[in-house]
Amino acid sequence: MTTSTLAKPLTFTGRNMFARRLSVFIFGFLVAVSLFIGFGTLLVLVWSVLSEGLTRIDWQFLTSYPSRKPEQAGILSALVGSIYLIGLTMIIAVPVGIGAAIYLEEYAAKNRLTNLLEINIANLAGTPSIIYGLLGLELFVRGMMLERSLIAGAMTMALLILPVIIIAARESIRRVPGIIREASYALGATKWQTIRDNVLPIAFPGILTGVILGISRAIGETAPLITLGALTYVAFLPDNLKSPFTALPIQIFNWVSRPQKGFHVNAAAGIVVLLVGTLLLNALALYLRDYLQKKSSSRML
Amino acid sequence: MRKAELGLQFVFFLCALISIVTTIGIVVILFKETIMFFKDVSLWDFLTDSEWTPLFTNKHFGIQPLVAGTFVTSAIALLFAIPMGLLIAVYLSEYASDRTRRILKPILEILAGIPTVVYGYFALLFVTPWLQKFIPDLAGFNALSPGLVLGVMILPLISSLSEDAIYSVPSSLKEAGYALGATKLRVCFNVVVLAAMPGIIAACILAMSRAIGETMLVAIAAGQMPNLTLNPLEGMETITAYIVQVSLGDTPTGTLEYRTIFAVGTVLFLATLFLNTISYQIRKRFIQY
Repeated sequence: MTTSTLAKPLTFTGRNMFARRLSVFIFGFLVAVSLFIGFGTLLVLVWSVLSEGLTRIDWQFLTSYPSRKPEQAGILSALVGSIYLIGLTMIIAVPVGIGAAIYLEEYAAKNRLTNLLEINIANLAGTPSIIYGLLGLELFVRGMMLERSLIAGAMTMALLILPVIIIAARESIRRVPGIIREASYALGATKWQTIRDNVLPIAFPGILTGVILGISRAIGETAPLITLGALTYVAFLPDNLKSPFTALPIQIFNWVSRPQKGFHVNAAAGIVVLLVGTLLLNALALYLRDYLQKKSSSRML
Repeated sequence: MRKAELGLQFVFFLCALISIVTTIGIVVILFKETIMFFKDVSLWDFLTDSEWTPLFTNKHFGIQPLVAGTFVTSAIALLFAIPMGLLIAVYLSEYASDRTRRILKPILEILAGIPTVVYGYFALLFVTPWLQKFIPDLAGFNALSPGLVLGVMILPLISSLSEDAIYSVPSSLKEAGYALGATKLRVCFNVVVLAAMPGIIAACILAMSRAIGETMLVAIAAGQMPNLTLNPLEGMETITAYIVQVSLGDTPTGTLEYRTIFAVGTVLFLATLFLNTISYQIRKRFIQY
């Protein structure tokens, strides 16, 4: 009895080999199906949007205000609103995000406050965007009486993408080798001079990647702006910080929600414009990251 | 000079503090409005009433239908995405060549970069009509189609975080497996995946948190009718979709209807906070490699 149990795993019967090949085949098949579903969805999504909306994009579409008639409607106010919104968001979020990252990586002592900050940032990164919308609604729209303005939208959006920028900037600053800082101190530089002249320039491409990912996230975010009460019908361009505004994803949402086919075509056309923006930015960020990984593995240390 | 340096350090500290202030702001605002809400509606009704009709004349404030909508859409997404994500992760980290991985990963990550309003359009106007060819009973607004699309959306999150976990399993464990005569597939699933399990579980919990917080996709494609059912073929309203619905209307601030969005927002925030914290703790404590 003992001999048979010992011998069993070591015998290679035909059935055993068949079971092995079969399991490898099933695994390969399932992986192929999974990849196919992922990539297939991406292709079908892009194709369905392009086939529906590409022909709708013309000069009239880009330079018209929204309208009751789908064929006369355009995305001018949405496009300009989005550009202003993103610009303002970045003016607020980028300096604060990089400042926070510098503090956490270069200055913060390893204590409970730092630990709390880290847990907190990780958690904020996972908080649903609509919760930020509720925060912005009470704090900026009502509390600071900014109404449904561009600046209220930008501040809400800035809080939303801050964790993205902080996390990316921290990783990038952490990758700067300690020798560089020590060399700078040895030459008599102060802490800030070291950070400004040595750490930040080396960390810059990585920080830039994080900033680009933040912009790409902010361009597509819809839910917090709807919660703030961004308007869906705006027939003028925002001219100051307290102007009401609309944004591209809100305009798209508005068109998707309507029953008429003509507005669905408009939505598809708006999506093409939105996707070109976000995908270009994502591609740029991925390219930068890839480029950096290659560079750092060949040069650093 | 020294003073200026200290000043700068203080400014950077303030920047970092903004994240704490944000969290405090969220908690204070949600709780303040929620406490006001519970002055008019009892917690018991909120949890046990099976109808959610705050915008009608006959008002009911039972959150169950919204929780059901959130649960069904997220469950479909996770059931769909976790096996696929795990298979892709094992393939990318153990089987794919460096070249293949460098091409496949960025394409997968594009899926995570597409704005959710675009997925909403896709689910409502493409996936639902397509599914209706196979399932004639499928309603125009349903939980199945946004659930599946949501699954594709969180696929890169699961696959890339699981891949990181699998990738960091030390090769000594794999070699031990091979030394015992196990096949490559055996080593992958009985050694590597098991050793990477805490990281994989953390990734799945994070994906769950992402799924229940997703807004535009479900608001567009699952409909805006609260519906206490587990049938994915029917239209449902999620917690997030309800907040969108109220925000689009002209609900005056300070009314009970206005406070409902903060009450359900609190439930959503607590749920994601709970999931994010578990995921974070698992990553901190159990990941040894």
